[in-house]
Amino acid sequence: MAQLNVDNWKISGIASAVPSTVVENSEYKHLNSLEKKLLIKTTGIERKHIADKTTTTSDLCEVAANRLLDKLDWDKSEIDVLVFVSQSPDYYLPATAIILQNKLGLKSSCMAFDVGLGCSGYIYGLSIVASLVNSGNLRKALLLVGDVSSSTVSEKDKSTYPLFGDAGTATAIEWSEGCGGSFNLKSDGAGFETIIIRDGGIRNKVTPSSFDVKEISAGINRCDLDLELDGLEVFNFSVTKVPKLIEETLEETKSTSEDYDYFVMHQANLLMNETIRRKLKFSKEQTPYSLKDYGNTSSASIPLTICAQLNKEMEQKENKVLMCGFGVGLSWATLSIKCSPMVCLPIITV
Amino acid sequence: MGLDEFVGKIKEEFSEDYNVGDLDPDTHIKDMEWWSSMHMLVVIALVDAEYDVMLSPEEVREATSIKSLFEIIKTKK
Repeated sequence: MAQLNVDNWKISGIASAVPSTVVENSEYKHLNSLEKKLLIKTTGIERKHIADKTTTTSDLCEVAANRLLDKLDWDKSEIDVLVFVSQSPDYYLPATAIILQNKLGLKSSCMAFDVGLGCSGYIYGLSIVASLVNSGNLRKALLLVGDVSSSTVSEKDKSTYPLFGDAGTATAIEWSEGCGGSFNLKSDGAGFETIIIRDGGIRNKVTPSSFDVKEISAGINRCDLDLELDGLEVFNFSVTKVPKLIEETLEETKSTSEDYDYFVMHQANLLMNETIRRKLKFSKEQTPYSLKDYGNTSSASIPLTICAQLNKEMEQKENKVLMCGFGVGLSWATLSIKCSPMVCLPIITV
Repeated sequence: MGLDEFVGKIKEEFSEDYNVGDLDPDTHIKDMEWWSSMHMLVVIALVDAEYDVMLSPEEVREATSIKSLFEIIKTKK
């Protein structure tokens, strides 16, 4: 069981950046008015921020990281680790983290690498960085997490286009004796086709047919370079596996839902997240959402939700937080953590 | 838990926006003009909340009528 307690680290700050362009789902032209109403009611997504064609995930993360480092007043030469978690890297190679090491002006002795995960990626990223910091000599680290999913969805696919927004985040982590958190990390590759972009990797290289747009069903038109999502399978996975994982986490940490100040979930869609919340008996007050204004921001959704909804609370007091990421892979993970007061910036619009 | 009650709950869920007056146990779900995968998700969530039964995607896809969906719920209850 990938359950790990990692000591001697804390989150010192979080910042999130989104593009300035806002797309309203009420204006989405590939749905009729009743479909739009149902979409907004069930997903909870009224609008999302979309990057222009030249803005990448790393651009958004870079802005978030610079603002956060300024606010923390950290000396960049002290940063020993940079991990970039995304499914929308700048290039096939090299790793985007290494490009960011240079752009951010970090030292060459800074360890930098990418992790290719989506909705569970923030928790996985924290588990890696926390373990590195706890291991000894590495004292300060940056975890940059985000996705520009809008570049991977077909505008003519009503099952994906209205859902995804773009965001890049930065989380500062440092050695801190006596602090720590408890992770539980899971994966199930049997569900790899549930959320997938079929072409563009080594398995299915890009060919002229990759660009052929096919009508899958009414209102769903895409090519094999576009994101494909099986909503029913995702729903089934999420509302069966996630509650079990959280129950496991509560048992392992000898806690109940009432012990937590906040339960911050990956922002998939409102119907799904509310089903999970009700099953686990977390209150609405404990469970913040950023879906309405930002949509599903993939790997960025947990830190973005914290910045959007909890920034004052995170800055002013200690909070016990249960975080849970779940989705593409299939992959799902939790972190139970007592957060010391931290720098938590309001959402930055780029 | 009865079939009529189940039909009533589905009607209640969608009555605000759709013509559900003709809905009955034998109504063929996929023949309804307005039915989509999003409506299926709403029904799955409703069944989970009301009956504590999680319908699988295969079960929902294979169910032809409201009555057949109800039969699945009964066997899983």
